Amino acid sequence: MRYEMPTTAKAAAGLLAKEKGRAFVLAGGTDLLVKMKAGVVEPDLIVDIKAIKGMKDIKKSAGGFVIGAAVPCVALSENAALTKAWPGVVEAANLIGSKQVQGRCTMSGNLCNASPAADSVPALIAAGAKVSIISAKGSRKVAVEDVTTGVGRTSLKKGEFVTAIELPAKKPKSGDAYLRFIPRTEMDIAVVSCAVNVSLDAKGMITKARVVLGAVAITALLVKDAASAIVGTKLDDAAKAKLAAACSAACKPIDDKRGTVEFRTEVAGVLARRAAEIAYARAGGKQ
Amino acid sequence: MGVHVRSTVNGDAVEFTCPEDEVLLDVLRNRLGLTGAKEGCGTGDCGACSVILDGRLVCSCLVLGAEMDGKVVETIEGMADGAKLHPLQQHFIDGAALQCGVCTPGFLMAADALLRKNPDPTEEEIRFGLAGNLCRCTGYDKIVRAVQAAAKEMRG
Repeated sequence: MRYEMPTTAKAAAGLLAKEKGRAFVLAGGTDLLVKMKAGVVEPDLIVDIKAIKGMKDIKKSAGGFVIGAAVPCVALSENAALTKAWPGVVEAANLIGSKQVQGRCTMSGNLCNASPAADSVPALIAAGAKVSIISAKGSRKVAVEDVTTGVGRTSLKKGEFVTAIELPAKKPKSGDAYLRFIPRTEMDIAVVSCAVNVSLDAKGMITKARVVLGAVAITALLVKDAASAIVGTKLDDAAKAKLAAACSAACKPIDDKRGTVEFRTEVAGVLARRAAEIAYARAGGKQ
Repeated sequence: MGVHVRSTVNGDAVEFTCPEDEVLLDVLRNRLGLTGAKEGCGTGDCGACSVILDGRLVCSCLVLGAEMDGKVVETIEGMADGAKLHPLQQHFIDGAALQCGVCTPGFLMAADALLRKNPDPTEEEIRFGLAGNLCRCTGYDKIVRAVQAAAKEMRG
């Protein structure tokens, strides 16, 4: 195995494109090194992206936040402006693993590892985040929901890698939230999860919503029917019941030791209702 | 082959050459003779190999030695000030917050990282801060109480 630590994204993309064997990008390494230890992957080349300029930076601008691909999740919660704007995203990222894991793991890695139960992914999709992808041929931006295509699969082509995640600027009277169900209080993987992002008008009516479920299908699900159920309402009980029903209807979960199909389907609705209540309150809505 | 690395461990400049896929835990234990960090699981679940890397708590089993060039590492071996134990170490002893001791270096590093960030944590914050460290002997109550006692002493 070779280890390279290029100092430019272009050089990194070149290394990935040229490699004839199995090449992997290393940011936090909390998935990659575990897979190497287990023998699930045997890289011929590891390209460490942490020495590339900007990869460990969180940049705030009028357009929102650009979070470098190597920013550890713990650094998100240390950024007051980001935490204020996107509390749901920051909370989701800081549910991943332990403090030790959070000191290394990244949202870009969480996305590219493509686990259906990835905590940060539903929150990023709800927020309308985009990812910047670079290759030797150029760069492109795609919505987060267009990255994961299946369990452990992404739409990234050979030689491409994620350089940053971009969160939009927070709109006035908007709020996001993320909740997951786990059978313990920490250090676990979501059995079901839900992220909600809402915008309100001056009267507290929901004008826009994005509702995303995790761990109930092969990828995170952006549930448009669930958003429609609460748009035009003040999140009254009838709207919440419709929201929950739409979320349960969207679930295509598996049965495993951590949760049955029935359990996941029901809890998806419960979490959606609760996450919507938090997001609504954060947006300044009063129930 | 191998990667030549220069880094700082517990304030000392160190140099080593390691295979590309060797993890920091093995570098510390087998090349630098620092056997305080322990391998429990090797997959980032147990925290026995916890060290502080550039100011952040990490599992040294999930870091490559090759990544360490120019980095600053703190391990349990650097915690005491000569013969004088760190308050966390002293309170772990006074409070019998260990039995076999395999998890203890990891708990101490995690507790140290927690108190640097939050000198006056609640019990809940301590339990969450130490959730990445597993102890299979003592249970966690004595450990939590030792951290509370050390935090109190350190706040003065």
